[in-house]
Parts: sequence; C-alpha cells; structure tokens
Amino acid sequence: MKGKGIITGLIPLIILIGVLGFVLKNGAGVEKDPAAPIEVLNIERIKVTNTGFELSVSNTGPTPLTISQVMVNDSVWNYSVSPQATLERFEEGKINIAYPWVEGDPHTIKLITENGIITEGALAATTLTPETNRSNFLNYGLIGFYVGIVPITLGLLWYPFMKRFSRKWINSILALTVGLLLFLFVGTLADGFEIGAEAPSVFQGNMIVIIGASLTFLLLIGFDQYQQRKQEKKGYSPFGMALLMATGIGLHNFGEGLAIGSSFSLGEAALGTFLIIGFTLHNITEGIGIAAPLLKTTPRLKDFLLLGGIAGAPAILGTWVGAFIFSPIWGALFLGIGAGAIIQVIYVITKMLIDDHRTHREPSVSWLNLSGFTIGLLIMYFTAFFVKF
Amino acid sequence: MSEENKVSRRDILKMGTAGAFGVAGTYYFNKMAQFPTVAKAANGSSHKTSHHSNHSNMIDKTKTTGYKMAERLLTEFDYGKVTKLPNGQTLREYEVVAIDKEIEIAKGIKFPGWTYNGTIPGPTFRCTEGDLLRFHFINKGSHPHSIHFHGIHPPEMDGLTSIFPGQKFTYEFEAKPYGLQIYHCHVLPLARHIHKGLYGNFIIDPKKPREPAFELNMVMNGFDLDLDGANEFYTVNGYAFAFMNHPIKIKKDQLVRIYLSNLTEFDLLNSFHLHANYFTYYPTGRNDNPSQFTDTIMQCQGERGIIEVRFPYAGTYMFHAHVSEFAELGWMGFFEVE
Ligand SMILES: [Cu+2]
Repeated sequence: MKGKGIITGLIPLIILIGVLGFVLKNGAGVEKDPAAPIEVLNIERIKVTNTGFELSVSNTGPTPLTISQVMVNDSVWNYSVSPQATLERFEEGKINIAYPWVEGDPHTIKLITENGIITEGALAATTLTPETNRSNFLNYGLIGFYVGIVPITLGLLWYPFMKRFSRKWINSILALTVGLLLFLFVGTLADGFEIGAEAPSVFQGNMIVIIGASLTFLLLIGFDQYQQRKQEKKGYSPFGMALLMATGIGLHNFGEGLAIGSSFSLGEAALGTFLIIGFTLHNITEGIGIAAPLLKTTPRLKDFLLLGGIAGAPAILGTWVGAFIFSPIWGALFLGIGAGAIIQVIYVITKMLIDDHRTHREPSVSWLNLSGFTIGLLIMYFTAFFVKF
Repeated sequence: MSEENKVSRRDILKMGTAGAFGVAGTYYFNKMAQFPTVAKAANGSSHKTSHHSNHSNMIDKTKTTGYKMAERLLTEFDYGKVTKLPNGQTLREYEVVAIDKEIEIAKGIKFPGWTYNGTIPGPTFRCTEGDLLRFHFINKGSHPHSIHFHGIHPPEMDGLTSIFPGQKFTYEFEAKPYGLQIYHCHVLPLARHIHKGLYGNFIIDPKKPREPAFELNMVMNGFDLDLDGANEFYTVNGYAFAFMNHPIKIKKDQLVRIYLSNLTEFDLLNSFHLHANYFTYYPTGRNDNPSQFTDTIMQCQGERGIIEVRFPYAGTYMFHAHVSEFAELGWMGFFEVE
C-alpha cells in the first residue's frame, strides 16, 4: 500500500522528465535558429580614471559574445578587454579605454559586439571616480553621519516637548507617524523599482524588490507574533515599537545613503549635495516618528542613542556601498527590504491605534488623528521637494 | 564664463532652499570634501599621462577579410565579357548575382548585408560610351531586388520592376552618356534595400580616352547596425579605416584619378577632403561640366564625380570626410607618396 502511494507520486514526475528531455533534445518544433542573434551585454559600472574609463561588463545573454569595437562619443576608440574579448555566458570582463575625457561633459560609450549588437553606457557629467582610500572612506562616512544620525537625533530631541501631551494628542502624533511612514514606503518602493530597472534584465530587478518587501513584511510579523505568544504579553512594549520603527527607517536610510554615494561616484556632485541637504531635513521628521511610541514610558538617554544609531547608521553604510561598490541589484534588494520593514511598522502602529481607541470606545479615525496623518504626509511631501528633480 | 554662472546660481539656490542648517552643512562639506562642484579638469594631466598619440585610435595592421574586400574594390574594374556585334558595335556582358552575405565592415564587426556579387559596394562595371551592355541579373537573395542604373536608357530597362528570388532578368541598353554613373537596387522599401549594400559605381569612359592615370574607385557608404536610422560606421568601399591602416601607395607627380560616389543612406551629405594638396573635381565625371580646383568637395546621396590630383612631395597625405564624426567613425585614410 505504502509502496503504491510512492509510485503514484512518482509517475507524473517521470513523465515530466521525459517530456522535458524530448523538448530539450528536439527543440520546441517551431523554429531552430533565432531570427537575430540574441546577445545581452551589461555595463555594470563605469569607473573614470585619470587616463580614461574602466568598464565592468558581464554577458547575461544565452550565448557567448565577442566585443569587437568600442566608440566613445561617436568616435571609434582603442580599448583592451580582460580576460579576453569573448565572454562566456555570465562571464564578467573589464574594458580599459584610454580617453582624454572632459570634466563635467557627458560621455557616451558604445560597445559593439561581433554581430553588431550595441550596448551603450553613459556618463552624465564626467568626473573622477572616487578611489577607495581611507580619506575618501572617512569623507563618505561623514556624509552618511550627517544625513542619518544627526537629523534623527535632532528629531528625537523633541521628545521632552511631546511628553507633555495627553493620550489623544499622543495618538494623533502616532497617526502623523503613519503618514510619514506611508510616504516613505511608497518612495522606497519606487526607488527600488527605479534602481532595479537598471539591473541586467535576467535578474528581474522589480521582482527582487517585491520579494524583498513581502518577505521582510511577513518575516517581521511572524517574528512578532512568535514573541508575543512566547511572552504572553498584550500589545507591544513602547520601546519594542520604537526599535521596530528605527529598524525600518534604518533600511530606508540605507537607500538614501546609496542614492547620495552613487550620485557622487557617477559625477553628479551638485545633485549629491542637494540630496544631502534634502535628506537631512527630511530625516528630522523620522526622529519625531521614532520618539512617538516612547511617550508612554520613561526612556533613558542610552535608548535614544541606540534608536538614533539603528535608524541613522545605515545611511553611512549606504553611502559607502553607493560610492564604492554600487550595484543595481543589491540596491533593489535593500530597498525592497526597507519597504517591507516600513509597511510592517505601519501595520503595527495602525493596529495599536485602533486597539487603543476601541478600548476607550472612541472612533479611531478621529479628527485629531486624521489631521495628524495628513500633516505627516504633507511634511514628507514638502520636504521631499529638496530631493526630487 | 558660463561655468562661473552655473556655479553661483547653484550656490544661491542651495542657500535659498536649505536654510541655515544646509548652508552650514555645505560649507563644511566643501571644506573637507574631495568632491568639488567645480573640479580640476582631467584634460591637462590625462593628455600627458595617456600613451596614445594623435590619430592612432584605430590601429590595426592585420589584413582582415573586410580590409581585403575594400582594397580589391579600390582598383578592380569589371569590363565584362567583350564581343563584337555584326554592326561593329562592342557588346559587353556582365553577370550580376544578388546574394545575402555577411560582410566585415570594421575589424571584427559582421554586417548582414545584401550584395551584388558578394561585396559591398558591388563590382565597378566599366565600359565605353556607345557600347551595348547586357547585365544578366540573377536574384539568389532572400528578397526581391533589381538594378537601377543611372544614365540614359529606355524606361523599361530602368530597374523599377522587382526581380523575385530565383528569377533572372537581363538589362540591355547602350552606354551613354560618358561619365561616372552609379547603380543600385530600386525595390521598396528603398532606404533599406540600398543601405543593406546593393549599390556600386558604373564608369562609362568617353570615346576619346582620358589621360592615362593611376585609377582608384571609391564609394562612400555607411552602416546602421541597430536599425535606428543612423549609421554607426562610415567607410569608403565598405571597411572602416581601411586605408588608414594600409595607406594607398602612389608615385610622386603621378596623375591619380579617383572615381568617387556617395551612397551613404540616412545622412544627407558626405564629403571628401584631402590634406596638404589640391585636386580638380569633375562633377558626374564630365569634362564639360564646370570643374573645381579645391581640397574639399561634398556630395549628396547619389552624387558622384572624378577627382584628379598629383602629389608634388613625397610623404603621407590624409584624406577623410570633412564631417569629423564620419571621419572618426571610419571614413579616414592616407595616401603614401614615394
Ligand atoms: Cu533590393
């Protein structure tokens, strides 16, 4: 009986393998050769050096390809490829082009394969790529510090002021936090899709964002429920909630750091400077958000430092990654995780708000709460003007 | 000046938008940072440090298949199979086959071309004014094609009728007027059929022969690899930088005659510029047309003419399209005068 059960399970599997084998061996029967050669060459990074450009490329197409010509700004140019001009599937290569580039000018680099497939890489405003040395490392770290830790800590400084509020007002500040977070969630998701679109299509950047976001959301919820059951507590501890927020915001700030670091390394220093200013202003409000759940307790200074660090320090990390090892696919993954973490915090706070108002027999969408939520959204909307172009 | 403006405008914007905190922050960043908004240019230093010298960006001394084709077309003229008709007229018969063929148009770059007799441009047909010409055309390609000759002939021989794959057709007409003609496919869509490579030069010599000279055939053309309506490579005789890496050898004071035509698609004009010398240009290859003594001429699509030149000094003379973009994308070469 048991053996029979296994066999009935195996039969479809065996047939499936047979069918796949047949198709692999004989083709789909429609067409044997593609109409045009399918070659996919990806330019992963263009490093600008004193003598020219250094491109990291990879072959993500189904067949090997050969790089045969290189053009810079509509001029055929000398180049060298290592390890060799022919790249196997998923093989990576480096292209060196000695070119007298002009500071601040746009440069377009075309790679042409043997079959005439053209891959284009562009530098919007060319400038030396920062070298990975200690002083640069420190400088970028400082930027991250200013964008992440400083404003969030400044936001947390409103805590004593907010502490005087009554329960209803505290709830409206929590609603305001939901507004802030909703804005951050949409923004983070959109940034993730934007960066993901730059990744080689074989990796499906958009799906990476979705996978990152949904798995993070579910994992965090699951982890929470597990902990709650274990400790048999009702609701969240305020500090635990603040910690949760700080984590979500931290991942979001990693994305901000990524944007700043990569804009500098792509030669858009003016944009980078605007981003620094914009994100800094923007992030003060994140500090308010993190402080909000703590209003019901008496936190210590140490707790604030910890929260500020968790929410702000990832910006430093992001700036480094963006400047020195930027890769669209990792950017997409991190931003997806950030979005997932943020939506989880929104879920938790909203649930808490509803529960709290229910126990006091009040409507949860009160005028005060609605105003708080709206103000939260609007604050984010207007401070985001500094970082959108 | 413009750069100064840009910077100050940006600075003002920054101050206006960011407020005191932002200003303090920027000030600090600028002071310590390695990322200046106005940066030191790479120009000076990189020119000194980089190892490449002027006009050496496409060095390739190997004799590739593509180069050999361009070199062969430079001096090869197809006079056809010659017989005498009963009335004493010379009959020339040519075999022309349309073939789909991959052509190397720059080192390592394959172009899926449509060709006459397997080359881009096609063979240079040559005859004398008054000869009876028979072009036996066989279409072995994958699309309908034709041959449209420039010159004076009965309209039914004009190549407007498509000859389908596997079919044959014989174009028959008397060679006139003398000069440099061209021929190309005239099947719709026209731009695609011509750009794919179906064109060439067609020389009708005058009855009174021209002065003996070292004769060269040059067809200016371009290749659009990604079918976006703009060419990636510009060449003479179909191969980028062919005569730059292998200069055309010429003797001092020798008369050089170049049959030059423009069959570039997607660009309105192409041009020919000679360095350190002047030439006489005969539009359409006619001695009775007003000629020019110059170092630069331009031709629109389908235009052609004869260049006659002597080199008084030994040395290397560059020639190229005077549209710098075309030159840097392959239409550039050298004469080496000994
Ligand atoms: Cu045709």
